[in-house]
This record gives sequence, structure tokens and C-alpha cells, in this order.
Amino acid sequence: MQYLNNPELLMKLLSQLSEGMLTSLSIFFCTLLFSLPLGLLVALGRMSKRKWLSAPVSFYILIMRGTPLMLQLFTVYFFLPKLVGPIPRLQSTLIAFTFNYAAYFAEIYRGGIMSIDKGQYEAAQVLGFTRAQTFMQIVMPQTIKRVLLPVSNEVITLVKDTSLATAIAVRELFLVAKNATSSSGSVEPLFIAGLFYLAMNTIVTFFFSWLTRRFDYYRG
Amino acid sequence: MLEVSHIAKAFENEAVLRDVSLTVRQGQVVAIIGRSGSGKSTLLRCLNHLETVDAGEIRIDGVPMVSADENGKPAYAPKAELRKLCLKMGFVFQNYNLFPHMTVLRNLCQAQERVLGRSKAEALVRARALLAKVGLSDKERQYPCQLSGGQQQRVAIARALALDPEILCFDEPTSALDPQLTQEVLNVIRELAAEKRTMIVVTHEMRFAREVADYVIFMQDGVIRAQGTPEEVMGQNRTEELSAFMGLLGDD
Repeated sequence: MQYLNNPELLMKLLSQLSEGMLTSLSIFFCTLLFSLPLGLLVALGRMSKRKWLSAPVSFYILIMRGTPLMLQLFTVYFFLPKLVGPIPRLQSTLIAFTFNYAAYFAEIYRGGIMSIDKGQYEAAQVLGFTRAQTFMQIVMPQTIKRVLLPVSNEVITLVKDTSLATAIAVRELFLVAKNATSSSGSVEPLFIAGLFYLAMNTIVTFFFSWLTRRFDYYRG
Repeated sequence: MLEVSHIAKAFENEAVLRDVSLTVRQGQVVAIIGRSGSGKSTLLRCLNHLETVDAGEIRIDGVPMVSADENGKPAYAPKAELRKLCLKMGFVFQNYNLFPHMTVLRNLCQAQERVLGRSKAEALVRARALLAKVGLSDKERQYPCQLSGGQQQRVAIARALALDPEILCFDEPTSALDPQLTQEVLNVIRELAAEKRTMIVVTHEMRFAREVADYVIFMQDGVIRAQGTPEEVMGQNRTEELSAFMGLLGDD
């Protein structure tokens, strides 16, 4: 109990962990910022009737979901620079995470879009809506409600997956805790870091409950 | 006003419509009757471009929606033209197909604003007038899921009318409703008939067809087997097939 019995040491650890958490949070928010919209494009590509588009997109999704995220992270960090020049650690992480999560979001969106009744498209057609209008004004708003639950699952996983950036030495929450554990020989920093992740996901959970309630105004 | 000549349609080599021709004139109420699978819904869907025909011609106000090209294959009008022609037709579905995420009022205004380009105020006036007509003025702020099936179908009728179609098509509008709600919806259609609105109604309600329609089409196996005034088609001199069909429904 070397940290919990020593307030001064504990405060120092907490401030280091908080700094690490800020890095974790920036990975988290930037990944969502890029992957949520990218996922929609991927979903549309996957659903395209044009084989030359849907086939490579399917292959991309297979690779992203079928191989370890950590391996993808290594690939971006060690091999991509050979083609395009040096990429800082944090940016490498964002690239790997964004492309990985976009694949998962794409499949969630695809499921949501395909679950919309054919009658909605027909009603839109006979009312004269164009295909783009039908998608934006009728299909998408209904899809959002249906995908909230699976999306919340992925977002919660992402909070924890940010710890994978430890593998390429990004100074995020998990790496800070691991270093503190190595230097002190106490597992307390790792458990405290665990509480940090739990706190973040509690907020995520509440946020999605609130969002779900906001979409409760209709059934369907 | 609507001319259909020799249209044919098959789903996976199974002929659903075979050489169907009909004409609908201004102010006419046409009822299409027949067993499930006789092709009557498919016919209606072809008129609204919800299905494409394999052969034949459809003209609305003399303008071809689809006509035979030089090889005799059906060629549809260009996209923009086609959309304009389809807007002359309104369509009411068996299961309403209201937009569940929009209020009743929004369901009626969205296409007026986004498709016809009417102002918000203009669309609102039209929507409220139509809601009053179908007796649902007090429901404008509700969502479809808060309404009964009959109310939803009346909203769907108002939504179709909001775009001022020349011909309103109903695809078994009461098949998903219990007898009481059915009457609610049929009363609205009766009122529209009294206003001399041009309508095509696919229905299983024989008494309604007889009472409201001025032209009845009886279909079987993708072919029109009898057509004429209700008296001609459903009266004493009706065909044996139709007698059998009406017998099945327990109607006179």
C-alpha cells in the first residue's frame, strides 16, 4: 500500500495519470471524430451495386475486423513511414484506430440501413423525393435511432482500446500506469488507472442512455 | 387521362400481368378486384413506377411514361420527366408507410416543401386543411405510432393529397384494418369520390366497390377478365368466375 498510505506520492501519481488520461481522451475523441463519418462512407461503398467498389470495400472490412488492432497499429507505425515519411506516434495511433473503427461502424450502419422497411423507400419515391433526399431525410434519421445501442458498444470498447497505444510508446493512461508500476513494484497504479477507464465509460454509458431517451419520441 | 396498353410483367419468369390494357378518364373511380395474386396490386404499382413493366405502354395526360422503342422494348421517360409524371399520381399503401420519425404535420409538409418547393406557410395551410378534411385536426402534433391504423391510413391519404395528384391510387387501403376502422377510411374515400376525384382503388371490399366505383375491373391470373360498370360486372349477368370469387368472400 505504498501509494494509498502516502498522500504526497498518491497526488503525484494521480497528476501523472491525469496527464496520461488527457492523451487517451484525445485518441478517443479524434478517433470518433474521424471514424464515425468515415464509417458511413464505407457502409455506402459496401452496399454499392457497383462490384468494383463494393468488393474492395468488403476486403478492407475483412482485414480491419479480421486482424489484431495492435498489428494494424504496428503496421502504420513501422511500415507506413517507409512509403510516406515519418509519422509521429500519436498520429500513427489515430490513423490505425480511425480505419479500424470505421470498419466496425460501417457494418453497424449497414445493418441499420438495411433494417429500414422497403415501404419507407417506396413512400418516399411516390412522394417525389430524390434518392439523396430519401436517404438524408427519411432513412438516416431512422437509422441513427436503430444503431445507437451497437455504436455505444463500440465506443465503450474504444475507451479501453486506447490502451493499445502503449505498444508504440504513446504516453497515454495505461503506459503511465505501467511505468509507475514497474518503477515502484506496486500494482496500485494499474488498478487506479482501471478506475479511470471505468469512470470514463460510466460517463459514456450515461451519455448514450440520455441519447437513447432523446430518440424515444417515436417507436419504430 | 391515363392510358395503359398491353403491359406485361413477370417476376422470375412467372407472368404476373399479361397484356393488360385500360383507360381511366377524369373524375372516374375505378375499382380493381380479384383474388390475391391476380396481379391487381402489381398493375397499380406499375402505374406508379414502383415496378417496371416488361412490355407495353403507359401514358399520363397523353405523355408517355413508358413506351415501346424501335425494337419494341419498353423505354421509360428520362429521369426528370419520369419524376414529374409520377407526381401526377398519388399512392396510398396497404400498410400506410408513414414516416415514423415525423409528426403527422411533418409527414404532410415534408414533400410539399422539399419536392414541390412550397413555402413553409403555404405547406402548413394545405396540410391543416387536409387534416380537417380527414377529421384529424387534433392529431397534427402526434407521431404515427400514437395513432390507430385507421387514423394512420387517413393521414397517409392526406399526405398523398397534399401534392395535388391528378389520380389517386389505393393499394388495398383497408386490408390491415378491422371492420370499424375500415369504415373510417372508406368514408374518406367516399367523400373524395363525391368530389369527382379520379381514383383507382384495388380492394377486397365488394360492397364498397359496387357502391362507389363507376368502373370495375375484375382480374384473374394477370388478365382482365371482366370490366364495365359495377352493374355490368357484378350484377346478374356476371361471369361464373366472378360469382365464384364473390362467393368466396361471402358477399351476395
